[in-house]
Amino acid sequence: MKKIDIAVFVLGILTFLAISLSLYMAFIYTPLEKTMGAVQKIFYFHLPLAWIGFLAFFIVFLGGVLYLITGSIKWDNLAYSSAEIGVIFSTLVLVTGSIWAKRAWNTWWTWDPRLTTMLILWMIYVGYLMMRNAIDNVERRAKISAVIGIAGFVDVPIVFMAIRWWRTMHPLLITSKGMGLAPSMLTTLFVSLASFTLLYLYLLLIRVRLGLAVNTAEEIKIRLSDKL
Amino acid sequence: MKSLWYLFSAYTIIWFLIWSYTMWIGRKQTHLFREIERLKTLLSKHDLSE
Repeated sequence: MKKIDIAVFVLGILTFLAISLSLYMAFIYTPLEKTMGAVQKIFYFHLPLAWIGFLAFFIVFLGGVLYLITGSIKWDNLAYSSAEIGVIFSTLVLVTGSIWAKRAWNTWWTWDPRLTTMLILWMIYVGYLMMRNAIDNVERRAKISAVIGIAGFVDVPIVFMAIRWWRTMHPLLITSKGMGLAPSMLTTLFVSLASFTLLYLYLLLIRVRLGLAVNTAEEIKIRLSDKL
Repeated sequence: MKSLWYLFSAYTIIWFLIWSYTMWIGRKQTHLFREIERLKTLLSKHDLSE
């Protein structure tokens, strides 16, 4: 067994245990919120999903910078893998937010600054993935991806600050007075954040391993075609 | 009751999408590992014949 396979196995078990714990805490440990009721429990996963979306796009940014500096394709593989996971998690942020909004605001969607900037972020990285599928040349694709990945990250702080800069309906969780949550809710939120971070690392590891396998297959194909 | 339906929908979508993505990676990886083994065998056969 290779080192990466052992890491995937161990991380997989840890992630499963952590996610099970956060599900238990979200559904059983935390009390029912008085005004919103059960739908408030979406929040325990909605916020960690958003955190992972931001983290994933930061890794895309970092991978892009490192690729442009070193020219090593492994950084492009890391950035691509993280972008794919980031798009999945930000899709889930938009979907779960919309479900919550239907119950809380009586609408599936509103052009609120937080929602709009998040949708723009999602579109940037969907565009990033589409662009990658459209370019065959490996080096050209990696260079353009790095530039889009770096430029696209500019929207992440805008999404985060949108609820502070503009008038918005979106709840503001972190204020100068603290987080405004009951201790059990806060503990559950942090457990959920930690377990989703583990899930992100697990997904990133298996996606990077897949990318490495694709590169290996391509290399062997080139060697074979040279011999024939 | 209506709140529970929204909660159930949100959690179902989250875990269905993550599970589908993990399965997609797993299937693609199995296929690729087989392909790599096949290519390696072809390459070694070609090296022997030279």
